[in-house]
Amino acid sequence: MLSYIFRRVLYMIPTLFAVTLVSFGIILIYESVSGTYVDQFRLNPNVTQETRDQLEHQLGLDKPPYLRYLTWVQGIFISTDAVNTKTGEPWKVWSFGHFNLPLLNLAIPYPRWYPYFGESFQNRRPVTDLFLQYLPFTMLMTIPIFLFTWLVSIPIGIYSATHQYSLGDHTVTFLGFLGLSIPGFFLALIIVFLLAGPLNVGSVCWPMEGRKYCLGVTGIFSQAYMGSPWPWDWSWGKLVDYLWHLWPVVLVLGSGAMATLIRIMRGSMLDILGSNYIKTAKSKGLSDRVVVWKHAARNAINPIVSVFGQFLPFLIQGALVTAVVLNIPTVELFYYQSLLNVDEYVIVTILMFFAFVLLIGNLLADILLAMVDPRIRYE
Amino acid sequence: MSEDREERGQSTTIHAPTSPQVHNEFDAVPSKPLTQEPLSQGQLIWRNFKRHRLGMLGGIVIILLALSALFADFLGPYSYATRHNRLGYAPPTPIHFFRDGNLTWPFVFGIKHDKDPDTSADIFSEVQSQEYPIRLFVQGDSYSLLGIFSTNIHLFGTGEPEQSTGQLFLFGTDLWGRDLLSRTLIGGRVSLAIGPAVLIFSLFVGILLGGISGYYGRWVDMLIQRLIEVLQSFPALPLFLALAAVLPPSLPNSYRFWGIVLIFSLLGWTFQARVLRGQFLALREQEFTLAAKAMGSSDLRVIFRHLLPNAISFVIVSATLAIPSLIIAEATLSFLDLGIKEPMTSWGALLNGAQQWSVLMSRSWLMIPGIFIVVTVLAFNFLGDALRDAIDPYSSNRG
Repeated sequence: MLSYIFRRVLYMIPTLFAVTLVSFGIILIYESVSGTYVDQFRLNPNVTQETRDQLEHQLGLDKPPYLRYLTWVQGIFISTDAVNTKTGEPWKVWSFGHFNLPLLNLAIPYPRWYPYFGESFQNRRPVTDLFLQYLPFTMLMTIPIFLFTWLVSIPIGIYSATHQYSLGDHTVTFLGFLGLSIPGFFLALIIVFLLAGPLNVGSVCWPMEGRKYCLGVTGIFSQAYMGSPWPWDWSWGKLVDYLWHLWPVVLVLGSGAMATLIRIMRGSMLDILGSNYIKTAKSKGLSDRVVVWKHAARNAINPIVSVFGQFLPFLIQGALVTAVVLNIPTVELFYYQSLLNVDEYVIVTILMFFAFVLLIGNLLADILLAMVDPRIRYE
Repeated sequence: MSEDREERGQSTTIHAPTSPQVHNEFDAVPSKPLTQEPLSQGQLIWRNFKRHRLGMLGGIVIILLALSALFADFLGPYSYATRHNRLGYAPPTPIHFFRDGNLTWPFVFGIKHDKDPDTSADIFSEVQSQEYPIRLFVQGDSYSLLGIFSTNIHLFGTGEPEQSTGQLFLFGTDLWGRDLLSRTLIGGRVSLAIGPAVLIFSLFVGILLGGISGYYGRWVDMLIQRLIEVLQSFPALPLFLALAAVLPPSLPNSYRFWGIVLIFSLLGWTFQARVLRGQFLALREQEFTLAAKAMGSSDLRVIFRHLLPNAISFVIVSATLAIPSLIIAEATLSFLDLGIKEPMTSWGALLNGAQQWSVLMSRSWLMIPGIFIVVTVLAFNFLGDALRDAIDPYSSNRG
C-alpha cells in the first residue's frame, strides 16, 4: 500500500509538469492573440514607449517564451536567487517567521522557506506570497462545506433509500434534481437577493466593544473582522460573524454537491437493500437498525467514496462563481482576476495548484476506498 | 486501481444493448403474429422511453424551448438589439384585462419614467390616460425568419414606434432599455445549441480516439490514456476560463460561439473516449469479433460494422447526460463575461447584468433568464435519465 501511494505521488510529478506546459502554452496563445500584460498600457497616453519597454524588460517579457518557462521552473526548485524585479533586491524566500501562541503569549520562531513561483505582474510580489494570502479564504470556505455536505448527504441518502417512494423520499429526490439543475452563480444571486432584499439581514446588528456590528450578506467576514484570517486572533464575535457569512456559501456551494452525493448514496443503498444477504439478515431477525447501518450502509458507502476525487474540482468550480458573486477573496477569485490581467505566472501557478488538488483528491479517494472496502488491494 | 474499477463496471453492463432484445422478444411473441419482425433496438428503446413520464415531459419542454429559440424573432415583440432610450431598467409591464370592472381585450398603459429628486432612483409609473391594446401579428422591428424570409411581423405587441410610451415589456428591460423577453428568447439559441454542437465534435473525436485506444491497446492505448489523464487533471471551469480568455474580444459572435464549442470539446471528447474504450475493450474479446476477424475482415470493418453499432448507444446516452453540465458551463462562462458578448446574448450573459447586487436589489426581473436555465437543465436531466433507463434495464431502480 505504501509503495503504491509512493508510486502514485511520483507519478504526479510528470503529470503536473505536463499541466504547467499546457497552461503555459495556453498563455502564449493568449499573449499572441490579445497581447501581453505590458500591451494593456498601449492605449494609455500616460505611459510612454520607454516606460513600456522598461517594464517589459523588468518583467522579463522581452525574453523568448521557453526561457521564461525554464526560469519559472528553475525558481520552484532553486528559489534562493529570486529577485524583486522592481528594486533588484532578492526576495526573502528564506526567512524566520513566528507562530503566535495566543494563550501563552509566546512567539515561536520557525525557519520559513517557500518555493518561488515567479512574480505577479499586477502586484509585483512573489506569487507564493499572494497565493498564501488568498488560500485561507478558500480553506475557510471549502473545508466546512466539504464536511457539512458529506455528513449531511449520507444519512439523507440512506433515509431516502430506506423510505423509498415516501413523501420524504420524493421531496429529497425532487430537491436533488433541482439542486443539480441550478447553476451555482444563479443560486448565489437568488440567495443574495433574498437575504439583502425581502429578509433585509443588514438590519440585524449587535453591539460589541462599544461599536455596532451589522450582519452583511457578501464576503466571508464583516468589514470589522477583515484583515488576515491567518493569525489566530479569533474571537467569539468573529466566529459568529464567520458562521453567519458561511451559511449562504454552504447553501450555494453545498446544494449541487449534496444533490449529487444524495443521488449516488440513494442509488447504491437501493441496490444493496435488494440483495440476498440483506434478506438473510432480516430473516435472521436482526433489527432494522442493524441491517440498515451495519449490513447495508457499510457496503453502500463504496460508490460515494470513489466520487471523493471528483468532489474537490467540483468545489473549486463552485467556489469560483460563488466567490465572484459573494465577493470573497479566494484563490479562485484571484485566478479569475489574474486571467483578465494576463498575469501569466499567477495563472500557471494556480492552474497547477488546481491540478494538484485534483490529483491528490483522486489519490485520497483510492486510499479511502481501500480502507472502507477490504476487497480492494493495491500492490 | 481506478481504471480497473471502471472496466469492471463497464463489463457488467455490457450486455445491455443486446439483452433487452432477447427479453422483450419473448414478451412480444404472444400478442403478435409469429411472422412479426423482432423490434429493432431503436424501437425497443423508444418503447422503454415512453414509459418514463418525466422523461417525456422533459423532451416536450426541450422541443418547445428549441422552437421558441428558433422563432425567437417572431415570438418576441422587439428585436434583441432595439434600445428604448428613456426606458432602461423598466419593470415588467402590467397587463390589464378589466376596464371599470368589465372584462375587455387586454391592454397596457403608457409607461412614464421619472427620477426621484432626492435619490435619483428610477420611478416608473403608468399613465392612466394612455391606453394601448395588445395586438396580434403587429409590425415592428424587421428581421429574417429562419434566415430565409425577411419580415417585420411579430406575434404580439403594441405596434407603437420606439419613442412611444406604449411599450410592452413582459419581462422588463435591461440597462439599455432592451426588452428582456425578446433577449431571453434569442439567448436560448446559444444556450440550447451549445450542448448538441459540443457533442457532435466531442463524439467524433471521442469515438475516433477512444475506438483506436480500445481496439488496438498497447502503446497507442497507453499514449491516448496519458493524454486523457493530463487533460482531465485540469478542473474544467478554470481551464475553460483560461481558454475562453484566449478568444480575442474583437471576434464576431458567430465565431466566438464555435470557439466556445471547440473549448468545451477539447475536454469533452476525453469522457466519450473513456466510455467507448471501456466498451471496446470488452467487446473485442467477444466471439463475434473473433469470428469477424477469422473471416478476414479488416480492422476498419470490424470497428465500424461490429464494434461501434454495439457500443454507440451507450456512448450517445452518456453524452446526453453531459448536456446539462455543458449548458451550465456556457452560462457560467458568459456570466463571467468570457463567453458570448454584446449585442448577442445567452441566458448566462443576460444574468451578467444582474451581477452587481446593488443593481439586482431593486430589479428582480433581471433574474428571469436564470429560470430558463434551470427549467432547461431540469428537462435535460429528466430526459437523460429516461434515456439511460430505456437503454439499460439494469439501472431502472436508481433514483
